[in-house]
Order: sequence, then structure tokens, then C-alpha cells
Amino acid sequence: MEYSKEVMLRYNNPQNVGSLDEMDPDVGTSVVGAPSCGDVIKLQIKVDENGKISEAKFKTFGCGAAIASSALITEWIRGKSTEEAKQIKNKEVAEYLSLPPIKAHCSVLAEEAVDKAIKDYFTKKNGGVDGKIN
Amino acid sequence: MKTIYMDYQATTPCDRRVLDEMIPYFCDIFGNPHSSTHIAGTIAHKAIEKARKQISDLIMIEDPNDIVFTSGSTESNNIAIQGVARSYKLEGAKIITSPIEHKCVLESCEAMKREGFDIVKVPVLENGIIDLNALENLVDDKTVLVSIIFVNNEIGTIQPIEEISKICRKRGVLFHTDASQVIGKIPVDASLTDLMSISGHKTYGPKGIGALYVRAKPRVKLMPLFWGGGQERGIRSGTLPTPLCVGLGKACEIAQQEMHEERHRLMELGNYFIKKIMDNLPKVYLNGDMEKRIPGCINLSFEGIEGEALMLNMPDVCLSSGSACTSDSLSPSYVLEAISDREEIAHSSLRIGLGRFTTLEEVEYVSSKIIESVIKLRAISPLWEEQWNIQKK
Repeated sequence: MEYSKEVMLRYNNPQNVGSLDEMDPDVGTSVVGAPSCGDVIKLQIKVDENGKISEAKFKTFGCGAAIASSALITEWIRGKSTEEAKQIKNKEVAEYLSLPPIKAHCSVLAEEAVDKAIKDYFTKKNGGVDGKIN
Repeated sequence: MKTIYMDYQATTPCDRRVLDEMIPYFCDIFGNPHSSTHIAGTIAHKAIEKARKQISDLIMIEDPNDIVFTSGSTESNNIAIQGVARSYKLEGAKIITSPIEHKCVLESCEAMKREGFDIVKVPVLENGIIDLNALENLVDDKTVLVSIIFVNNEIGTIQPIEEISKICRKRGVLFHTDASQVIGKIPVDASLTDLMSISGHKTYGPKGIGALYVRAKPRVKLMPLFWGGGQERGIRSGTLPTPLCVGLGKACEIAQQEMHEERHRLMELGNYFIKKIMDNLPKVYLNGDMEKRIPGCINLSFEGIEGEALMLNMPDVCLSSGSACTSDSLSPSYVLEAISDREEIAHSSLRIGLGRFTTLEEVEYVSSKIIESVIKLRAISPLWEEQWNIQKK
């Protein structure tokens, strides 16, 4: 598989790899994909008092495209409000990384990971009710 | 960037000695080997008959005329399966094969299914060897052909050809084997079978040539795939490509001379490779059978990481993986799926193919590179983190 420079940059030196404390009420966590499908992304966000994503961390089991997609999306959502982060579409990720069409699902998974982490954050905040976001 | 080739099951480079032998047959000795009226044809014909002899010697058969040249083992497999099916249809309509055959065997069987044949797949055990008891029970009066791959191209396991042969002979059923991966690597006795497919480019010969051993006594009837001048006993019409036939013959001759030594060399290199990886990394599994395998084919699964990502970290090394991400269809290796119920085994797999030109230095470099890459990728894998947490608890 021939990947773009942008993919290789993130595969070789991914930013934002790691974990946040799942128990922290300001942290939202998501795990998307399945080992049997060959892709799993774990993504975590920390939201500050102004509603902005102050930290974003990920860990990915998957191909180069999956690693690069999750790394890129964590770069993009940092400093954004949860509302803004939800606007990021998988197509933008795929285009930025020049993903081959067969790898488009990796960017879909990254978008899904962000959406689910935000949802988890609000579910925790609102005591089980997933607030204004939906 | 100097690349290291470790994908000898996909193809092998043509040996220089093979090429040297072939060269004169392109421009100088160019006669049609089927032209018996003049010297140009006769010389080409002689070269082809020499190649036939070299091939038959390697697979331990007496009569070189049992060898039919084809364009490669895909064609050989197609001729064997479809040819038998269409010739023996009145005697029965059942073909037994396995789930770990090469695509060309599976697809040929599918084609015969559309022509009314019953295709039955004998189960494969976890070590990649077919279940002989199951085979014994499956072979019945309706069965016309059993086709089992001699050595699988992904995991390198050697099937019990002698036992399969016995089961087939007892019931009077024809036995075909795809021997593409085994020729020249370990001693092979084609007389245990009725049909055997051979490939040139898997054995340091040229691409575009293969052969099919077709037992003549008693004669195996084969309906040809296409029609023409009736060359190759009418089984495979078309003018023979003299240089390619000569190349396959020479490749077989070299393999026969060097097999013994090469087999031990590769076994040592391979075992060293496996030991080094296993000593340095936890949770690595060898797919297939540790004992019943050809030297040089190593298929490993590394828990917690994906195969394509692993290969991406070593762009200077040519390897392959059963991961879905490396296939155009996005489906994982059906061979690995057949031997394990854990799909991630396929996604996490890497096939390392050692061969004639592999050196100890290359083995050292690639094994170190794999260890380094696996550690790097496990550090960013949520599955490995989970593993780790479970262990800590």
C-alpha cells in the first residue's frame, strides 16, 4: 500500500498517543471497531470548564490509515468545542490524508470515535442523560 | 534503499544459471519443437524432452511423458480439476477438496459446482493438517476426485500425502495435489498421486511455465480446457515455449542437486529466526505446524497489532500478511480463518519467506526490525493495553 506523506508522518511519529483517566468526570472515552475486523480505536477527550477539548488521546490497533486517521482527528479536535468537534467529517480526514478509497472506512471509524467520546462525556456529565448534544 | 526480499512463497527470483540455460532458445535455437521435418525443430524438441526428464527425475517418476507443460500451476490446477470432472462425470459427481487450497483450486471447484458437482471440503485441524479420519469417511462411490494442496502457501504445512494416497487408492478415487510450494524443497514422489501441479516461478525458474504430472498407467482421462493442435497428448494444445520449458527443467535439476543442503540451511535459518522473535517478544504464535512444515515458510501472529501496520514500519523488507487491510477485498486470509476461530489471528499475521538467496545477515536484520516494530506498535495499541491491564489484575 502506497500512502501519502501525511499518513506516513503520523504513522512514524503519531501525536497524542496515550490514555486519560477514564474515571475523571471531565473525560469522555470511546472504543470503536472490533479486533475481528482488524481495526480498534480507543479515543479519549478531556473537556475544560469552557466546554473546549483541552486534551485528546488515542490508541489504535489497525493499519497505517487507521493510525493516521485517529492521530489526525485528535490533532484537529484539540482546542475545539465539543460542538465544533462534532462537525468534523470523515471525508475531510480522508481527503487530508489522501486515503485510497479502500481505506475510507478508517476515517469513518475515527469520526465515530470522536462522536462517541463526546457522547460519553455528556452522558457522564448529565448523570446518564445524554444532554443537549443530541 | 536496499530491499530485502523475504516473500519466497509469493515468487522466487529466477536463478541466473536457469536464465543462462534459457537464453540460446530465444533467438538462436528458435525452431518450433513440434516441427519434425527439419533440424531447427528437432533441436528444440530435444531440449524440451531433456527438460521433461529433469522434471520427472525431481518428482521421482519413471516416464517423462507423464509430464504435460502448462503456463503455470493455476492452469495445471484448472486442467486437473475441470478435466477430471468433465471426463468422469458419468461415474460420479463429487469432488473432495480442503478449505486451505489455493484460490485457483477453490474457484475451479466452484465452476464445477455450477456444472452440477457436489463439492465437499474436508475439515482442517488447528495445525493446518487435514483431518484424515474425516477424509476417509467422506470418500465414497460418488467421489471422482480428491484435490489436496501438498504444502499450503501461507502456513507451509505439509499434508500427509502418503495417507491421502492410500485412502484414495483403496476406493479407486483419483488424487490430485497442488505441489507448487513443495517442489525442490523436500523430496516429492509424484507416483503417490494421479495428478500433480508444478510451478516454475516458485522454484527459481521463470514465470509463465508450469507442468502437470498426469499418470499414464492406468491412464487418467482429462478433458482439455481448450482445443488446438493436440500437443502435450491432447491435454494442452499450443506451441510449447522452448526457453521456458528449458528453464523449468534446469530449475528442477538445480533443485534436485541442492535440495538436501539447502533444506538444512533454511531449516536452521528459520528456526533461528523463530527463536529470536519468540525470545524477545511475548504473545507471538506460529501458525501451522512446527514440525510438519517446509523450511523457509514462517507464519507468525503478533497479538495486539495489525499486519499491514507492521510491514509499514519496514518498507525496505518485502513480506506479506493475511490481514484484511492488505487484501483488495478487505477480507482476512481464509487459510488462517480455517485453522483458528479467532479472526484477529489473521489480521495480526505476518508471513516470512526465506529462500535460496536469504543470508544470515538478512535474517538478523529483519528479525530485529520486526521486534522493534512490534514493540513500537504495541505501545500504541488499545488491545495490548487491555492485555496488559488484565495481566496486572
